Amino acid sequence: MIEIKMPRLSDTMEEGAISTWRKQPGDKVAVGDVLVEIETDKAVMEYEAYQAGTLAEILIPEGRNADIGAPIALLDDGAGSPAPAAPAAPTKTADPERSRPALVPDTDPATPSPAPAGSASPQPGASANGGANGSGRQIASPLVRKLVRENHLDVSQVTGTGPGGRIIRADIAGLLAAPASPQPPADAAAPVDPQTAPVDPQTAAGLPAAAPAVAAPPVADDVRGSREAPVSQVRRVIARRLAASARDIPHFYVTAVADAQALMDLRATLNAQLAEAGRAKISVNDLLIRACALALRAHPDVNVSYGGDDSGVVLIHDRINVGVAVAAESGLIVPVIRDADAKTVTQLGAESRQLVALAAERKLTPAQTSGGTFTISNLGMFGVEHFTAIINPPESAILAVGATAREPAVVGDSLEPRYRLRYTLSVDHRVIDGALAAKFLQTLTSLVEHPWMIIA
Amino acid sequence: MTIMTYRQALHDTLRAEMLRDDNVFLMGEEIGVFEGSYKITAGLLKEFGEKRVRDTPIAEEGFAGAAIGAAMLGLRPVIEMMTINFSMLALDQIINHAAKIYGMFGGQASVPLVIRTPGGGGQQLGATHSQNIELFYAFVPGMKVVAPSNPADAKALLLAAIRDDDPVLFLENLALYNTKGEVPDDDTPAEIGRAAVTRPGRDLTLIGYSRMAHVAAEVAASLAETDGLDIEVVDLRSLRPLDRETIVASVRKTHAAVVLEDDWLTYGIGAEVAASISDGAFDYLDAPVRRVAMAEVPMPYSKTLETAALPSRDDVTAAIRQTLAAVGHRTAPLALGVPQS
Repeated sequence: MIEIKMPRLSDTMEEGAISTWRKQPGDKVAVGDVLVEIETDKAVMEYEAYQAGTLAEILIPEGRNADIGAPIALLDDGAGSPAPAAPAAPTKTADPERSRPALVPDTDPATPSPAPAGSASPQPGASANGGANGSGRQIASPLVRKLVRENHLDVSQVTGTGPGGRIIRADIAGLLAAPASPQPPADAAAPVDPQTAPVDPQTAAGLPAAAPAVAAPPVADDVRGSREAPVSQVRRVIARRLAASARDIPHFYVTAVADAQALMDLRATLNAQLAEAGRAKISVNDLLIRACALALRAHPDVNVSYGGDDSGVVLIHDRINVGVAVAAESGLIVPVIRDADAKTVTQLGAESRQLVALAAERKLTPAQTSGGTFTISNLGMFGVEHFTAIINPPESAILAVGATAREPAVVGDSLEPRYRLRYTLSVDHRVIDGALAAKFLQTLTSLVEHPWMIIA
Repeated sequence: MTIMTYRQALHDTLRAEMLRDDNVFLMGEEIGVFEGSYKITAGLLKEFGEKRVRDTPIAEEGFAGAAIGAAMLGLRPVIEMMTINFSMLALDQIINHAAKIYGMFGGQASVPLVIRTPGGGGQQLGATHSQNIELFYAFVPGMKVVAPSNPADAKALLLAAIRDDDPVLFLENLALYNTKGEVPDDDTPAEIGRAAVTRPGRDLTLIGYSRMAHVAAEVAASLAETDGLDIEVVDLRSLRPLDRETIVASVRKTHAAVVLEDDWLTYGIGAEVAASISDGAFDYLDAPVRRVAMAEVPMPYSKTLETAALPSRDDVTAAIRQTLAAVGHRTAPLALGVPQS
């Protein structure tokens, strides 16, 4: 019997949801057959069988989540032996500590050494979770055991994600948001006095270690007539990443307006000729992708990533990879057009159409959604005049584009109806100052107003 | 500050101490006329004469004994064992005499002796000439063992060793002689028994000494660049006394440790460091302490096999990734090699 485990399908994946089982119990499985479609934080991906046999049992039904490395099905390969003692079994993807050849002969992390002297001492829930090692004892790192003792935590419901199911500090971060302790207790060398640092499980549960005490999370109630809907993988990633961006990056915003008459004229002329030649038309956005790429080439200091407060470095990217924010049904996704400055507008148009189509089908690969250095978010099609966007880390700037609309403009001494386009650049002030942001927009505006320069 | 090699720092410090104190003198094989196998004593015979720079016969036990006697009578001998491998010929003199005289005779005589000697493999010198056996000396009460990893420490620790009243084994390393670094111009000796945090960090403590402290610094810098990891590096500098305080304080902060050593794993220096962590930081550990050491074989002569036997940067990186994975710190997946940004 072979355990099929939740694979790691992308860099940022931590768990996956079973989207569709393509094989059912009793089905014959050949090597290379698609077993299951798995929804990750980025896409729905097919997962193929690496071994042949008969699908014996589905452990995780459709719509449910599983951590990387958790068994999701059993495959009968004819060997007949019972499934390995499951929960603690390490997996290739989730447990590098076991799967990589260790230079040093290490003790088996799944069977850690001597029971601590105080194993009989009060440790709420320390034996309740069944124990990942099959001995009934819940495995936790010494650090976790100390924090449990000092903060009177109940870890019986905590699933250990360390090797062999060991509970590690990261697993109890949510339990550690003690309102009275100014520092996360994990980092405090001095023990936290449980008397002075009461942990209210209602407010503490689920908060990150460093978060200040905030109101309890909302619950569904009749007053508001609410119901609970599950949060998709995509939505969870959006929530986490954008909250981190808005929290950690000091954003500032620079708005400009361009006279887009020439751009619209050029596009109309170009599209008429393209249509005549039987070729695909181009959009304003395709022109803007190239304009941004050229502006980034002119201002390489915008095409950067802040390395973090302690790294002492800023990463200056030589390649210009422009992400295009797409409102897919499942949520925001940002496919990336690599080397956008080296592609023609028609190439950019074809590539972005292809990526948007893949995004709609949730078929984007991790490579197609990573490596961006700048993002464009265009809500012009919804008639938005202008808006501000949240930076997509580790990038340092994002351009929020409004609608191209005809409005009165001062030309010479008279008012004329002209196409005008507004956009707002959100900038990471840690690496980019206002003047640089303004110069970047100046270059962009000049390109938009002299659009032949975009395609030249 | 002057930028110089580890070799130059040793040479200049020896010379300065000989100028400062007439009691300082050198003995060893080929250190005079030949100016030393590794040229640390270049020019010193010419400058100071035969009385203070003495070539000896190939008789380690003999000249170690002579130096111990000289030290007991008030001189400050600095002897060179051509490599640490040859110091085994003088084990009885060093361990049974130099290390014990002060204690056995109620403090009537101290032994202010410095034994300079390079360890280290990687030079294709074969199994008997490529060992790291500083442990033999670090094991013995009464001895002090220091192991500088950079030119500045080579100077500061050699100053401290020469001025110390106890016998000091001063461990050099063949692979470090040509490394360069800034060396302070002033003559402030290091404090023997004090480790240095050479790079502060939060994610993990990487501990090494001599060549492996150098490797640790390089790996930490490279992982900061490629993966944004924030690794703290502790350079032990002194193996006896061992600065348990600095080690423990660091691990209490980072909750994870990888210990590097060029010697063999079993019973090695890393085992002592790991035990110290268990004693002083048990309740702060989020993952087992991992050790990276040389393969448990006599050093092969073949370049390929020798390289494979020595702990490499890749071994260190892999151990760091394994340890960080065990504490739930997601590092860049090796297989994909996708840069994080």
